[in-house]
Amino acid sequence: MARALVNVPKAARQGEVVEIRAMIAHPMETGYRVGPNGINIPRDIIRRFACTYNGEEVFSADLFPAVSANPFIAFTLVATTSGTIDFTWTDDAGKTQTASAEITVG
Amino acid sequence: MRALWGLVGIIAAVVCSMAIAAGIEGSAKRSGFDFMTPETQALQADDMSNPGMLWVLQGEQLWQQSEGRADVACAGCHGDASQTMRGVATRYPAFDEATGRPIDLAGRINSCRGERQQAEPLTPESDALLALTAYVTHQSRGMPITPAIDARLAPFRDNGRRLFQSRIGQLDLSCASCHDDNWGKRLGGSVMPQAHPTGYPLYRLEWQTVGSLQRRLRNCMIGVRAEPFAFGAPELVDLELHLMERARGLRVETPAVRP
Repeated sequence: MARALVNVPKAARQGEVVEIRAMIAHPMETGYRVGPNGINIPRDIIRRFACTYNGEEVFSADLFPAVSANPFIAFTLVATTSGTIDFTWTDDAGKTQTASAEITVG
Repeated sequence: MRALWGLVGIIAAVVCSMAIAAGIEGSAKRSGFDFMTPETQALQADDMSNPGMLWVLQGEQLWQQSEGRADVACAGCHGDASQTMRGVATRYPAFDEATGRPIDLAGRINSCRGERQQAEPLTPESDALLALTAYVTHQSRGMPITPAIDARLAPFRDNGRRLFQSRIGQLDLSCASCHDDNWGKRLGGSVMPQAHPTGYPLYRLEWQTVGSLQRRLRNCMIGVRAEPFAFGAPELVDLELHLMERARGLRVETPAVRP
């Protein structure tokens, strides 16, 4: 069950700069912590976040062990055309979680 | 004249001790929210950046999901949580007829799972239990805490107050030593709040996850170098009962964010 919250304005004017916010539930386990049995807890972090606007990648970020759990990423886009904004989070195992939102540009 | 002053002194002492016994009164009551930095307050106030909302979201999905041998979802009996669960969390912990003891909301969810859904109980502090508790409590956000007036709860509430005021651990501190007598002052780098459980389950930045009131209570017990009660222990529920009575009138904030 993907647990992600994305915030995209429903409507925007042509050429307007809009703020996009995305947050996902993830432990971001660094791999440096020791569990109760004395063995290191295996690393499990989100490595890459990407955002596509009508299929074209417009923003991406590489994440590292120092990033907190449940990473929150905010950035801006120029609203050009109506369409779908897709978000992809890829973890250490290569598993991806996705979310998407629609934007109407008038 | 001297006798008169003596009498005034005695009355003043009695009034003061009454005030201490009752905790923090009326307008002096403040949520932990008021003691936070503006940045952390902003994080809680905006649902799109409040990480606790991730658990509320998960709880909403779990509410609709059929579970157990009875193959029934929470929604199967309780319907739309925004209608049926509104205000419920403001009255908990409530008296449980079956066990003859108070039960908190997480305990009620687990007992409902066992009896109605015939499913395995969720482990304390598991994401699923926290998510369901957060979702149900979230339905009461903004409503004042109004614990049930139930005579059967009185002895347990008194036990909770006794525990709150008992000195424990190697540091020999009671809950009241900090949260009744010294709130607003600093302990190390952080301000000591009044310890009103207005926002549980809440997202604690230190934990980097959502946690229950029982986790917080155990945290404080470890902090004063005492042996903490186990999750679900009757003593912790009694403490919850006292804390909710102490916070009467403050508004539910779930999911809150705390440093």
